[in-house]
Amino acid sequence: MASFLLRRILIALLSIIGASIVLYAVLALAPGDVFGELVSNPGIPPDVIANMREKLGLDQPIHIRYVNWAMAMLQGDWGYSLVNRVDVGQLIVQRIPATLMVVGTAQILALAIALPVGVLAAMRPYSLFDQIASTLAFIGFSLPTFFTGLLFILLFSITLDWLPFIYRSDLEQTGGAWIWAQLRQSIMPVTVLALFQAASWTRYVRSSVLEVIKLDYVVTARSKGLPERVVILKHVLRNALIPVVTMVALELPVIFGGAIVTEQIFRVPGIGSLLISSIMANDTPVIMAVTFVFACLVILFNLIADLLYRWLDPRIKLQ
Amino acid sequence: MTGTPLLEIQDLHTSFRTDGGTVRSVRGVSLTVAKGETVALVGESGCGKSVTAHSVLKLIPMPPGEITAGRILWQGRDLVPLPPREMNRIRAREIAIIFQEPMTALNPVYSVGEQIAEVVRLQMRLGRRAAMDRAVEMLDLVGIPDARRRVGDFPHQFSGGMRQRVMIAMALSCEPQLLIADEPTTALDVTIQAQILDLLEEMKERLGMAILLITHDMGVVAEAAQRAVVMYAGRVIEEGAVDRLFTEPAHPYTRGLIRSIPRLDGGLGRHGRLQTIPGSIPSQYADPAGCHFAPRCPLAQADCLAAQPAMSGPDPDHLYACFHSPLEAPAP
Ligand SMILES: Nc1ncnc2c1ncn2[C@@H]1O[C@H](COP(=O)(O)OP(=O)(O)OP(=O)(O)O)[C@@H](O)[C@H]1O
Ligand SMILES: [Mg+2]
Repeated sequence: MASFLLRRILIALLSIIGASIVLYAVLALAPGDVFGELVSNPGIPPDVIANMREKLGLDQPIHIRYVNWAMAMLQGDWGYSLVNRVDVGQLIVQRIPATLMVVGTAQILALAIALPVGVLAAMRPYSLFDQIASTLAFIGFSLPTFFTGLLFILLFSITLDWLPFIYRSDLEQTGGAWIWAQLRQSIMPVTVLALFQAASWTRYVRSSVLEVIKLDYVVTARSKGLPERVVILKHVLRNALIPVVTMVALELPVIFGGAIVTEQIFRVPGIGSLLISSIMANDTPVIMAVTFVFACLVILFNLIADLLYRWLDPRIKLQ
Repeated sequence: MTGTPLLEIQDLHTSFRTDGGTVRSVRGVSLTVAKGETVALVGESGCGKSVTAHSVLKLIPMPPGEITAGRILWQGRDLVPLPPREMNRIRAREIAIIFQEPMTALNPVYSVGEQIAEVVRLQMRLGRRAAMDRAVEMLDLVGIPDARRRVGDFPHQFSGGMRQRVMIAMALSCEPQLLIADEPTTALDVTIQAQILDLLEEMKERLGMAILLITHDMGVVAEAAQRAVVMYAGRVIEEGAVDRLFTEPAHPYTRGLIRSIPRLDGGLGRHGRLQTIPGSIPSQYADPAGCHFAPRCPLAQADCLAAQPAMSGPDPDHLYACFHSPLEAPAP
């Protein structure tokens, strides 16, 4: 186990380095930088711009720049946002709580819906419950978050005026009032994201449980006289979760994509909206840092999925 | 047969609702198993042996399956209307079952020890430690070498024959009075088959249990059982003591089955080659008025197509469902 863990962490580190190289190269080769506007401004002499570039190290060849970036990164220096006039690290640390609050809660909620609903639906296939659940899952899965998000805002914020449609991470309230305000502003983005995620996961869980529940060893488990609850939770679910973990791990980048869109719609000042605004402003150091954080998260969750996988299925051995 | 039978199936009907219509897999099976005896349930693939066996423990998936009629008397008590909670007390503790496919009958994600200990904890109310000791004891008993060390291994680390031994260890761990063995050797190669049959025999003697042995192999019947029940298309067509059945089979179908056994002395059937029964089993949905075997039967006459022959015979220990049994009127 220890050697497996070591090897797997090594692979993860190599993946992170690889991802950072690719990201850096793509961003460096992409047209446009922060000086884009300055260049087209006839009021600024070209040598001033060249000077600034040199000062920022932008005149050096790309591999040197990458190594400089990586060395600084390792020392905790994430670069400086020319647009926001603040350290990138600070910017990210500011934005992360809102993302965790909205996206994290939504994922947990989605899981809490998808697991029981998927299992119950599969236990009684084509029953009324299954048909309702499957229909809702199909609808939820077909409606993109930007659509349901706008619909929710229209209904609950504009028409009914029950909920705020802008998420603020600097609420002035304290104590109970803060919790209430936080709850009110989180409900819509969390629900929109969670429902979408729950819809797709419910489908995975249902089909996977349906697949496992008819296998021979489930009949064996029943023949032992185990109560149905134990048969399902112990013998079916653990096996059924193996492919689900793979699907979810593979889908992670899509989940991040959905989260970015949702943050944008509800104006959640999280890391996703930071990415969008920095892309708009050509703020390369921020784009690099945020995409790099996303890459690291994907790699981290793949690592977790691998460990989970190994725990669920003792047959897996890393060759 | 003496005394009250352990298991008495009376006119069991089990069907499945499918998209193509209702499949009546078991259409009136009656059989008894007495204490300590081995009864073979024989018949071609698809004749309803497994469905009968699964019905006894109510392991039929419902829906689509359903026991539509009949009684399953276990020591005089009908299991058919029993609620799940009470059924669960009979499973494994009183009636255990092993299956045809040892490769898929064990859960791949738990160690074999845990899978045995699980049933011991539940049915014999032993603690974790004691249950695991029992698992080791059982694995040792069924001939798994080095049982103490292997108890933590997973099913994929065992061969097919060893897995079937594990299944047997699991089924016998609560010392049931009846073991239903659903083709326990079909998926194994010949030498292993013989070992497993020997093991079952040994266990039966040690624990004094009865066995309902399901097979389509008349060779296995001859070797392992005292009585045999022959099924065709969801019905019992002949039953009796095994030596009687082999020396004077009454039903043309049973005769065909016996002629299809390859003989160990290398000799072949009367006609110089291994015989098969011509034709194939009727469609699952078919519901003819007469004898289901009639379309394939060399002795069929007009009356065979008109009505279903009932189980009868001059000797109550040897019954058959045939109007023109060659036993009564010698074959032309
Ligand atoms: N879950 C099910 N749904 C629909 N039909 C079923 C189901 N289970 C069994 N059957 C049908 O019941 C019939 C009898 O099947 P069964 O498994 O009892 O045969 P068998 O005698 O055990 O044959 P084998 O020797 O191949 O194991 C078959 O025609 C099968 O198609
Ligand atoms: Mg079968």
